[in-house]
Amino acid sequence: MRRLLPVLAMMLTPVAQAAELVVYSARAESLIKPIFERYERERGIKIRYLTDKEAPLIERLRAEGRNTPADLLLTVDAGNLWQAAELGLLRPLQSATLAANIPEHLRDPEGRWYGLSVRARTIVYARDRVQPSDLDSYAALADGRWRGRLCLRTSKKVYNQSLVAMMIAELGMARTEQIVRGWVANLAAPPFASDNEVMDAIVARRCDVGIVNTYYFGRLLREKPELELALFWPDQGENGRGVHVNVSGAGVTRHAKHPQAAQALLEWLSAGPAQHMFAALNLEYPANPDVPPDPAVAAWGSFRQNPINVAQAGALQAEAVKLMDRVGYR
Amino acid sequence: MLPLGVVAVCAVGVERAVWAHLAEHVLPQALVNTAWLLLGVGLGTAVLGTLLAALVALCEFPGRRWLSWALLLPLAMPTYVLAVAAVGLLDYAAPLPSALRALGVGFPDIRSRGGVILVMTLALYPYVYLVARPAFASQGLRVLEVGRALGMGPFRAFLRASLPLARPWIAGGTLLVLMETLADFGAVAAFNYDTLTTAIYKAWFGLFSLDAALSVAGVLILLVLVLLTAESKLRAHREYTALGVALPRRLPLGRWRWLATAACLLVLALGFVLPLVQLLQWSWTHRHDIGMHDLRLAVHSVSLGLVAATMTITAAVLLAYAVRHQADRFTQVCARLATLGYALPGALLAVGLYVPLARGTAFISDTWGIATTVQTSLLLLVLAYGVRFLAVAHTPLAAALLRIRPSLDEAARLHGVRGISLIWKVHLPLLRGSLATAMLLVFVDVMKEMPITLMTRPFGWDTLAIRVFELTQEGEWARAAWPSLTIVLAGLLPVLWLDRGIDAGISGRRRAPAA
Repeated sequence: MRRLLPVLAMMLTPVAQAAELVVYSARAESLIKPIFERYERERGIKIRYLTDKEAPLIERLRAEGRNTPADLLLTVDAGNLWQAAELGLLRPLQSATLAANIPEHLRDPEGRWYGLSVRARTIVYARDRVQPSDLDSYAALADGRWRGRLCLRTSKKVYNQSLVAMMIAELGMARTEQIVRGWVANLAAPPFASDNEVMDAIVARRCDVGIVNTYYFGRLLREKPELELALFWPDQGENGRGVHVNVSGAGVTRHAKHPQAAQALLEWLSAGPAQHMFAALNLEYPANPDVPPDPAVAAWGSFRQNPINVAQAGALQAEAVKLMDRVGYR
Repeated sequence: MLPLGVVAVCAVGVERAVWAHLAEHVLPQALVNTAWLLLGVGLGTAVLGTLLAALVALCEFPGRRWLSWALLLPLAMPTYVLAVAAVGLLDYAAPLPSALRALGVGFPDIRSRGGVILVMTLALYPYVYLVARPAFASQGLRVLEVGRALGMGPFRAFLRASLPLARPWIAGGTLLVLMETLADFGAVAAFNYDTLTTAIYKAWFGLFSLDAALSVAGVLILLVLVLLTAESKLRAHREYTALGVALPRRLPLGRWRWLATAACLLVLALGFVLPLVQLLQWSWTHRHDIGMHDLRLAVHSVSLGLVAATMTITAAVLLAYAVRHQADRFTQVCARLATLGYALPGALLAVGLYVPLARGTAFISDTWGIATTVQTSLLLLVLAYGVRFLAVAHTPLAAALLRIRPSLDEAARLHGVRGISLIWKVHLPLLRGSLATAMLLVFVDVMKEMPITLMTRPFGWDTLAIRVFELTQEGEWARAAWPSLTIVLAGLLPVLWLDRGIDAGISGRRRAPAA
C-alpha cells in the first residue's frame, strides 16, 4: 500500500510540463494575471501560479524541498524575501540584465531576489487642517504638536514593521523606541486594520495625519477625485534619509525545475512594458528607474527614496515587532 | 491528530528569547482579551441561540414558520465578512455615526471589546440555534406542561424543565461556537483586537518563528481541553433519552406574540440583512468586476463543500458509533482529540497537515526516486477539511445518539434486527435531522474556509473564499464584497434545502418510536 500511494498521487495530480513555469505568489492574482498572460502570448511559455500569504508559502517551499513544483517565489515585501533567502530557499543568480535594471538597494546583495516594484510608505494629511510646512519627517510625527491628531495602521502589518525596522537600522534602537513611543502617545484612535481606514478617519476629522502606502491613496483618489487629502514626502531635507520604500519582488527557488526559464521571466519583468505594467496595475513605482511610473502616480510628485538596502527590513523585522510590542503599539 | 503531533513536537524546540518576549509583552493581554471574548461570545450565543430556538420550537407567534429558517441565514455569512461590514457601517467615519455626531449624539465605538463580542455573537449564534431547535422541538410542549402541572409559571417551567433537558444540545452548540471563536482570525483582525490567534500569527509572520507560534497554539489547545472537560462533566451521569411521542402543538403567546416576532426580526436584521445591504452596496460600485470566473469559483466552492461534508459526516458517524459502543476512557479521549482541529487557527492547522505530508513525499521520492506531488491533490484538501470540521459534524450526531435509548436497540435485537440493519432501519430515521444539521454546518464552513484551501488546493482550484482573501489582502474590501455575497448566496440554498431535511428529521423522530 505504501508503495502504491505515490503512484496514486501521480494519477491524482498533473505534474508540471516543460514549457511551463510555476510561481508561488503572495502578490494578489489580479495584479499578476494580466502580466503572466502577456508573457504567455509573447514567449509561448505557460505560467501557473498559486497564491497564499508569504509565511505559508515559505513553509510550503521548505517542506516540499527538492520536490517543489515552484520555480519562482513572488512576495509583496522584502522582509519575507530576506527570510526565504535566509532559509536557503532561493538561488543566487548571475544576471547582468537584472543587475543593470534593478538598483542596488532594491535587491539582495547576493542576487537571490530582486525588487520589481517600489511601494512607498509616506505621510498623508488633511489639506484643510495641515500645512505641508508643518510636516518634516516620520520622526517628527512623534512631536507633541500632533497629540491626538495622528492615525496609524496596526503594527501587525508588515509595512509598519519594515518602516520601524529601517528606522532601527539608521537611528538605533533607543532613538527609534523613543519615536514610536511618541507616535503611540499622539494617536487619536486605536490603530486601524487597514490603510484605507486610516484615510477614512482623517477625512472624518478624527485625526489630521497618518502614514500610508501611496497606492491606497491612489485608489481612494480614483474613487473620490475631490478627496481633501494629500501626500507629503518626508525626510527630503539635506539631512533627511528619504522616503521609506519596500519592494514587491521575486527570486528563483533553490530547487526550481526550470531555473533558466524562471530567470528569463524575472529579467523580462525587470524592464520595458512588463516593468511598467507590474507597477501600474497597483499604482506602485517601477523598480527600474528608466521606466516611468503611471501618469496618475507621477502626478503626486517625485521624491528621494531612502537608499538603505531593503534587505535590512527583513533582518531587523523581528526586532521591530518586539519594539512595537514594548511601547504598546498594537 | 497529525497536526497536534506537529504542534507538540515543535513547541518543545522554541527559542527562549522569542518566547520570553511573547510571555512578557504579548500573551498577558492576549489571554485577557481571549478570555473576555470566550465569555462574551459563549454567553451571548448560548442565551440568544437557546431563546430563539425555544421560541420557534415551543411557541406560536406571527411569522414563526418563516422565521424558523430565516434565523439560520447568518450561518451563510462568514464571520470575517460580518466584521468588516460592521466596521464599515458603524465605525467613526461611517455615515450613521457621522450623522449622529452632527446631531450632537455620541455613538459607541464599534472597534471595542463590546463590538467584537456583539458581532461574533450575531455571526455564531446559529450554531446553538441549529443544534438546540430540534432538541426543543422533540420535547414538544409535554415537558412544559408537566412543569406547569407542578404549579410553575410558563417561564419557570421552561427554566426548570425544558431547559435542563436540552442542555447537551445547547452545550454542544456553544462548544462549537467557543472553538470557532478561539480559531477566528478574520473578525478579530478587522477589529484589531489582540487574541491568542493574533499572537500566533504575530510570532509566525512578524517574528519569523513558527516554533513560537506553535507553542502559543499549545496554550490555546490547553484552553480547549479545559472547555471540553467542562462540557463532558456537565453531561456526566445523566440520561437524555427521548420519552416517546411529542405532539406538534405550540404555546400561544397572547399579547406577547408581536414582541417575539420583533425580537426575531431584530436579530435577523443585525446579523444578516444590514450586512447584506452593505455588501450589495459595495458590489454595486464594483459591478464591472462581475464575470464568468465567479461562476467557476462558485462551482469549486460548492462542489468542495458537498464532497467534504459527505466525507466528514461519514467519519463523524463512525466516530460517534465508536464512542457509543466502546465507552471506555481511551476511545472517548481519542474522539475528543480528533475534534480538536476545529479550535486551531486555520493557517496553523494547514501547516501542521501539509508539512509532514510534503516531507513524507519528499522522503519517498528521495528514497525510491518516484516524483510525486501528493501535497497538491484534491484528496488532501478534502481530508484537511475533514480534520478541521470533524467537530462540527460530530457534535449534533453525538447529541442525537444520546437520545436513542439503549432499550430501543435491545428491543430491535429481540426482533432480530441487529448490526448494520439496526443502524439502517432503526437509527438512521432517528438521526436524519442531525445528519442534515451536520451536513449543513460542514458545508457552510467549508464554503467560508480560507487558510486550508489556500495552502492545500491544487492549481486552478480557487474558490470564492480565496477570491475574498486575494482582494482583502490588498485592502480592497469593497471589491471583495461581490465574492462574499456569492458565498452567502451559494450558502443560502443548502441552508434552505437542508432545513427541510432537519424538519423532516424532527417529524421522522416523532413517527419512528411510535411505529
